[in-house]
Amino acid sequence: MTRMALLLVAVMAALAPALVGAQEAGHVKVAKGAVQIERGGQKVPATLGAAVQAGDVVATGTDGSVGITFLDNSLLSAGPNSVLAIDQFAFDSTTHQGSFESSLKKGTLAVVSGKLAKQSPDAMKVRTPAAVLGVRGTEFLIRTGDPK
Amino acid sequence: MASRTALAMLALLLLVGCAKPMRDDLYVLMPDKDGKTGVLSVESGGQQAVLDKPFASARVTEPGRVAAGAVTEQEARQAFGAALDAQPARPISFLLYFLEGRDELTPDSGQLLGRIVDEIARRPAPEIVVIGHTDRVGAVPFNDALSLRRAERVRDELVKVGIAADRIRVEGRGEREPLVPTADEVAEPRNRRVEINVR
Repeated sequence: MTRMALLLVAVMAALAPALVGAQEAGHVKVAKGAVQIERGGQKVPATLGAAVQAGDVVATGTDGSVGITFLDNSLLSAGPNSVLAIDQFAFDSTTHQGSFESSLKKGTLAVVSGKLAKQSPDAMKVRTPAAVLGVRGTEFLIRTGDPK
Repeated sequence: MASRTALAMLALLLLVGCAKPMRDDLYVLMPDKDGKTGVLSVESGGQQAVLDKPFASARVTEPGRVAAGAVTEQEARQAFGAALDAQPARPISFLLYFLEGRDELTPDSGQLLGRIVDEIARRPAPEIVVIGHTDRVGAVPFNDALSLRRAERVRDELVKVGIAADRIRVEGRGEREPLVPTADEVAEPRNRRVEINVR
């Protein structure tokens, strides 16, 4: 039984990287100051080259900023005191179809939309606590949060 | 009398409370790098603003209250400086061309390789996707293999000058995605290519 359990753990460990790879949405290309990625309750520092997945929440500190390039060439970059959730990401690199949904809970965000938004006007959505943005291209800025 | 003053003060407080915006959300459409401008719709509580000019803006002070306007470039820069400064380098693509039926680069394309290497070296945590293509001369299976061989050849050249192999993904698409559509068995130099996408 114990041996069975061990075997199961070994198999799961072997499969885990493949599963992680399948969910990959983008990579951190710029990281200044404090930047964290929250994934399944765990917080890890967002270092240069770190993978960002669907379901991740990226948060910057008072001195932090972060720039992420997604697989469809969308660029999202957040200023200090920002919280950005990657709600959904799917991209077919051959057909350029899929969907990209993110929400800025607070802070500032600069967006350059990529191949998904170009292929289909409904493919990319960005939400804030107060609004939903429809993206038909290409570059825009968002600030949200309660006034000081 | 005292209670009336207190009531008046309470009313004033309520007024001030209402006048103060609940939120200070700002949405700005920027001009694209190539001079064009896209379209952004901002929808809040059933109200919508459509931004379609450079520096057009929408402010949302509470859900359902959307005010369209515009900001100056300087105002946008001031409000979003840190986010703009953190923007990753724009993804860039290159095309390299090949001699007919072979995995040899044309002389012109061979010279372009150096520029591509410089571009990759400039980028933090670069990702490189190399996609090979062929023209429609030859059978489909032959062209599938040839396109992959062309892509692998380019990868090998990049690795030779010091780019990490694990940063490079290689694909072959055969004759399926011609740049210039042709009938089958037509030789077309512009379709004998490798696409290098650098992120």
